[in-house]
This record gives sequence, C-alpha cells and structure tokens, in this order.
Amino acid sequence: MHGEWLDIGPVDQIAPGNARTLPVRGGEEIAIFHTLDNRFHALVNKCPHKQGPLSQGIVHGGVVTCPLHNWNISLKTGEAQGESADERGACVPVIPLKVDAGRIYLLRSAVLGQKAA
Amino acid sequence: MNFESGKAGGQIRERLVVIGNGMAGCRAVEEILARDPGRFDITIFGAEPRVNYNRIMLSPVLAGEKRFEDIVINDEAWYADNAITLVSGDPVAQIDRANGAVIAKSGRVEPYDRLLIATGSDPFIIPVPGAGLPGVVTFRDLDDVEKMLAAADGGGKAVVIGGGLLGLEAAHGLSLRGMDVTVIHLMPTLMERQLDEAAGYLLKSELERRGQTILTGADTAEIVERDGHVAGVKLKDGREIEADIVVMAVGIRPATGLARAAGLEVERGILVDDHMVTSDPAIMAVGECVQHRGTCYGLVAPLWDMCRALADAATAQPGAGYAGSVTSTKLKVSGIDLFSAGDFSGGAECEDIVMRDASRGIYKRVVVKDNRVIGAVLYGDTADGSWYFDLLKKGEDVSPIREALIFGQAFASGGALADPNAAVAALSDDAEICGCNGVSKGAVVKCIESGAHSVDAVRSTCKASASCGSCTGLVESLLAITLGDGAVEAGPKTLCKCTSFTHDDVRRLILEKELKAIPQVMQELHWTTPDGCASCRPALNYYLLCAWPGEYIDDQKSRFVNERLHANIQKDGTYSVVPRMWGGITSPKELRAIADVVEKYDAPMVKVTGGQRLDIFGIRKEDLPAVWADLNAAGMVSGHAYGKSLRTVKTCVGSEWCRFGTQDSTGLGVKIERMTWGSWMPHKFKIAVSGCPRNCAEATIKDFGVVCVDSGYELHVGGNGGIRVRATDLLCKVATEEEAMDTCAAFIQLYREQAHYLERTAPWIERVGLDHVKAALFGDPKAVRRYAARFRFSQQFMQDDPWARRAAGKEAELHQHLAEVRPFPAPAPQEEIA
Repeated sequence: MHGEWLDIGPVDQIAPGNARTLPVRGGEEIAIFHTLDNRFHALVNKCPHKQGPLSQGIVHGGVVTCPLHNWNISLKTGEAQGESADERGACVPVIPLKVDAGRIYLLRSAVLGQKAA
Repeated sequence: MNFESGKAGGQIRERLVVIGNGMAGCRAVEEILARDPGRFDITIFGAEPRVNYNRIMLSPVLAGEKRFEDIVINDEAWYADNAITLVSGDPVAQIDRANGAVIAKSGRVEPYDRLLIATGSDPFIIPVPGAGLPGVVTFRDLDDVEKMLAAADGGGKAVVIGGGLLGLEAAHGLSLRGMDVTVIHLMPTLMERQLDEAAGYLLKSELERRGQTILTGADTAEIVERDGHVAGVKLKDGREIEADIVVMAVGIRPATGLARAAGLEVERGILVDDHMVTSDPAIMAVGECVQHRGTCYGLVAPLWDMCRALADAATAQPGAGYAGSVTSTKLKVSGIDLFSAGDFSGGAECEDIVMRDASRGIYKRVVVKDNRVIGAVLYGDTADGSWYFDLLKKGEDVSPIREALIFGQAFASGGALADPNAAVAALSDDAEICGCNGVSKGAVVKCIESGAHSVDAVRSTCKASASCGSCTGLVESLLAITLGDGAVEAGPKTLCKCTSFTHDDVRRLILEKELKAIPQVMQELHWTTPDGCASCRPALNYYLLCAWPGEYIDDQKSRFVNERLHANIQKDGTYSVVPRMWGGITSPKELRAIADVVEKYDAPMVKVTGGQRLDIFGIRKEDLPAVWADLNAAGMVSGHAYGKSLRTVKTCVGSEWCRFGTQDSTGLGVKIERMTWGSWMPHKFKIAVSGCPRNCAEATIKDFGVVCVDSGYELHVGGNGGIRVRATDLLCKVATEEEAMDTCAAFIQLYREQAHYLERTAPWIERVGLDHVKAALFGDPKAVRRYAARFRFSQQFMQDDPWARRAAGKEAELHQHLAEVRPFPAPAPQEEIA
C-alpha cells in the first residue's frame, strides 16, 4: 500500500522493554521503542546531549535513559526530562508512528525529512 | 438504481437489506425503528441458523454460567412484531450493485434501496501446518462453543493459542469444564494490548494458581496430527504440548470479502464516513467490519455510537455523526477483576499514580495528563473502573481530587477526607495502621513521640510498615500530624524514587517473601511507578540473580547496555571488546586472533589496558557477534570489561621467573580468575596477585589483593584506584593457595550478598566496617567454607561465555537493524525497505 506511511514490519520484531534501529540512507538513524506497557514510539536515535544511541538505553515508564550520561528522554515528545539548564528545552525529533493490524508504520515524510537538507 | 422507490405518499417503503444478524446489524435496525418505524421494509440475512444473540456473552455460556436462551437479544417475536424478514442460515454470496440487489447462497435475490453491511469479523487462523485439522476450532460463534463443549465432555487436554481477551476467556471456560488447559501466547505478557507489565504479571500468576499452564513468548510452529485428528501443538523452540482440542484465538479480521468483491473502498476494513456510509452512497456498513478514520474496532462499545450515527443518517435526521470511540476492556473471567481503558503509556507529560496492595492482590494505575485522566489499569479491584472511564471520556479536570484520586470515587468525593492527613487524623487510636505487624495508630504515635522521627526509625522501633510497606503513606501522615511537616526527618536513602524501602530492606524482603521476579518485587513492595526506573530495574535484576542462583531468569531489558551487548559502549556509539587473558598471560595464537580481528573489522585502535588485557576499539554493534566468533575460535571468551562483575586478575611473574618472587603469583592469579570469572556483582570487581611485597601487580588498590610472602599469602580487601584512592585493609594471612582461594570466594560472596548495587568494596567496607567483614567471615570457623560454597554453587550457572551464545546466532535482534531505508535519489522520490 503506497501512501504516507512506511511499513516497518510486524510488532513482534521488538520485544517489550527493547528498541531496534532503522538506518536511513542519507539521513539520521531512527530508534523504534516497545515499552513495557506495549506502546511503540520512534525517535531519531541521538540523545540531544552528546548524541548517544537512545536505542541502547533502559526503557521505563514512557522514558528512555540514554546509555552515555543517563539523560532521560520522553519517548512521546523527545524532550529531555531533567531540570538542569542543559536539559531544559533539549529535544530529539519524534517520528510519528502507528500500529495497525500488528504492523508498525512510520510517517514517511518524517522518516525522509531526517535527510540532511 | 433499478428498483427506485420512495416514500411518496407514505405508501411505498424503501427496502433496507441488512447483511449480518449479529449485534451490529440488529442494533442498527433497532435504532432506525426507534426513529422512524414505518420508513423501511427490512430484510436481515444471517449466516448462523438462529436469532440474534449477544456474542460477547459466549464466554459465560462456555463457562457454564449462562445458557444460550439467556443471551438471546431479539427473539423471533421481535422480528415478527416489526415485520422484519429474517433469512437465517442462507448467507449472502454476492452484492449486485448495478441492479441494487443481494444474491444469497441459495440463489435467492433480494433487491434493496439501502443496503447495510454488518458482517463483523472472522477469527484469524495462523497459517501453520495442521491448522485445518479436525479438533482445531476458533471462538467466534455458538457452533464453536458447542464444539468446545463436546471436546470438554471427555476431559482431556486443551491448548488455547492466544493470550488475549478472547483466548483467556476460552481457556477459563475449558478449565471450568474440567480440561487441562495450556495457553500459548506469542508476546511476553498476557493481554499486552490492554495491560501493562505489572498487571499482566498478576494475571498470569493468578491463572497459574488456578491450574492453567501459561506459556508466554511461545511461538507456534505446527499443529501435530495423530489419526487424522489434532494431537498437540509444537512450538518453534521444539517443545510439544499434547492436546485433544486446540482453540485459535489470536485475533480477528474485519470480514470485508463481500464489500471488496462488490468494488467498495476497503483497506483493513470497509471505509465509512462519520455516518457509516461507504464509498457507495446506497450502502452503509457498521460494526467490526468497518474502518472509521483509520481505526477498526473489535469491541462492542463503539457499536452503540456507530449505530446511532447510522440511524440518524438513514432516517434523514440531523446528528453530529460518529467521531470514534475511546474503549475500555473488562476480562470476563469470574473471580478475576481486571479493567483497562484509554492510554496508559505514560511518559514525561503524564503523571502515573500507582497504588499497590499486595495483601489484597490489588494493582491500580491511573494516568493523568494536564489534570485529566487519560488512562487506567485496574487489577483486583475494578469497582471504580467506570468512574475513571467516565472521568476519562468527559475529560474532567481532576486537580481538586488529585490527592485522593487513586483511592476511588467514594474517597475522592468525600470532602474533607480527600486530604489524606485529615483522614488519618480522624482515625481512632486503636485503628490498625500496619496489618502485617499488627500495629495500631496509638502505638505508632507513641513510637513517634518517644523519638522515632523518620519512617525508618518507626520501622525499626515498632515495625509499622516494615514488611510489605503498603502503610508507608499512613506512617508518613502520622509523622506529619504528630511532629508537624518540618520536623519529620528523612530516613536513610531509599533504593530509588520508586520505593520507600532501602537497598537493605529490599534485599531482606526478596529473601523473606521469596520474591522471584521484578514485577513481583514491585507489586509486593508497593512500587510507586508501574515499571520502575533506570536505577531500580538493574538493581532488582542483580538482587534477584544473587538471591536465587540457577532459578531466576536474567532480565535482559533491565540491564545497562554494556551488559546486554557484552561490550563497552564508547562516546560515538561503537563498542570496545576485551577478550579474557587469564592472569594477563597470552599466546601467539591469541595475539594473532586479536590482530586479525583488528584488521578484519578495521578497528581504529587496539590498546593495552590497566588490567593487563588488550582492548579493541570501534566495533559496531552489528559486527560484535562475528568478532566474538573469531575470538572464540582462538579459545578466548568474554573479558567482562564492561560489567558489574569480575573484571581482571592482574598478576606479576612471581617465583617462576622473578628473582624476588616468593610464590607462584601468576599461577595463583590464573586459578583465581578461572574460579571467579563470569560472576555478577554489585559493582565491578578487580583482583591482583603480587609475588612479593614489592607488589608489582598493585594488589593493595584492588577489591581483593593477594601479596605473597615467604610464609604464605596476605589477603587484602577494599582497595580502589579511582577518584579517591584507597589502599586495602589487611583481611588475614593464610598459609596455602587453597585457603587463599577459599577466602577470596567467601569475601566475594559476602560482598555480593550484602553490598548495595553500584557500591564498590571500598565504600562498602567503610560503611559497614572491616570488623563487620571479619566477624562475618571468621566469627564462626565454618563461615568461610559456607560463603565459598554458596559462591561456587552460584558460579556453576554463571560460567558460560556470553559471547559464544551470541556468536551462535542467539538474540540476534539485539545486534541487527530492523531494516534500512534507502530512498532512491531524486527526481521521482520513492523509497523501499530492505
């Protein structure tokens, strides 16, 4: 089905509490998360702090903890959670995602929009 | 349209044909009749040879709690009274849009002016070998229930594939009917679409307690046949489960065949607008077969709203149309109260309010965002489910009742009682505060007045809230009431913000209460978050691993990335790899293998570490298994340079070569490393063995250091060369290698059992005192042997090379990308997924 959504495959490719990665040629790698309460989220796979791979962090309560320096990033908004001056306002792009009939779809324009302009 | 007709003069009625005699079709007809009873001549086609019944009540019929007569919605009289023609048992085979008629299987032609498709959904059959065998059934209609009842008559074994709502209800019914039931579920938690991990865990435990076998993370490979009938189910991991009947309840699919063949617009379901009209203005559709604003519904509640919108349009009455539904779920298994609604994915802008009551088996979680309830999961006590659902649907501002929201409607709307302190103040002196230890309010207040000014002090003096912790909030209120907010002292640091317990409390309670899984710890100890945080998850995983060696299954998702990928993450997201070199000794074969890896994977750097090993930098996560396979082939295993575990045993050359050496320090170092490698610990752990007091291996800044002397071995503990250098304390002196090894094993085990997670030996010893360590190990002459034996027992489960498993292809998903997006270059932008 062509259209605005890109089919990334079945949901069971990602176990709850884990994330997997989707490199985009000419663009930023995307991390797709499966939370412990079975929601899916996609972010650009780069912590706004020092570009740590968020896909490798521990997922808990709608948040991922970056493996490099323990910044907590909201899976829904991409915003850093801390109150420090550095963290306030720091944000990583969110890729709109939907799950339909057991498959994961990403908004195509957002995936490709990550391409270096 | 050929059969054009109209309401001219009120004489000629429009002909409404309904395909589907189920809940949606009949409800739509009821709504139309309620608005304009004389408007249509109505004919309903039903595939099943019976009147309209409440399909969602099939579970109680299977369970023997209801009879078919009890679940009939509209009996034959209803059809007659409303002059409806019911054609049952003759399903529609084709829609002839050109001629405005439907053609039934029997050949019967029924013309229509308006057509309503309400075909519902079909059960999804997983396409595995044997899926068509006799004895494999679905759970959709009364025929299915009758097949299951016939099978259950003989007792025997049933397998239900699918641990969702429907599957669990089928399993419950078959279990009540006396069958031995196994549920096979693909995902790691039951009902994963409706429940979070905590509630899913409680549900699984309860069903297991009732005698069902629940296999999660289990993928069906085939249905096994014997004598032309189903005999069992084989899983992809090779397990085989015997079965006399197999129920497939893995999901449903909108039944869109007729609509698709007739050329209507169909995606996953039949596309409809807000008045349930399809791409053909004469044809409407409703229920599970439709797709409205991108969503297909598999629950009954949205039907009612859909049918109202449809009836408004069909009878030309004004109406806002259907705007989609927020759904809630209840599991119809008697004795298990479970409710979920809305969005409970949590996250930054959301606030999770969690209440757990382990003694009554209750878990409640309400998700609030911008002062509004957006989701709820209730287990064990669902009395307030409809209240939360109502707050959710109405989007009411809950800030005035926020503090008491989780206690439910009665409490939250109780005026002054909505202030928890006021509610506690109102309790009588003999009211019980702590049920576990039988402590009254009066006793707690007396304890506070006599000097216990923190939760921890109350716990240690009168035991209130020292067991399950569910009354911690009450104790906090009593402290505040008795002392005033400002005078309450903070107790020792809790494990993390998710719990009111300290590390020591959690470790003690894991053993006392025999807690054996992370969700169980969180439930029993009243965690205030649904699934913990990045601090407590790894700590609990370690504590459970240490408490139950060989029994507890390591939870990979609770591990820091380095321990999940068995390599050390670097600032650029690549990894460094350190193979183990026992005692720091290597060989030409190992060096060649390392050199080959460095060249083959173009590693930008290889470096000698402070612990006498070689560190290969810049390996990508995808290449790790291949790198490990190459290193394994040369006989090397993981060096654990990444873990809260034994790192290295550093040695000097000792008596074998050195003119000053007093003992074989390299030999002993190798033996100690062989004994201790692979062990998970509270933090990283370093060992060194020096062959003489010149101490070339720097043993006196290690967690455990051996300094060989002429008369034997000096054993040192608690050293650290990090931010704050700490020289070791001398633990003892022993005469033989064997004693040195036993003492090493015993000390490590003591540290493993007593230190807090992420506490190195240096701060641990400073906290508890060297005397405590000495008393524990030497106070009883058998203590060293006991601790050492526990360590060695645990090691038999730890000493398998984690690299070899991955190199063999296990857990490949941790290393591989999902796919790669490769957009074609302009001018015509298109892309594909590899």
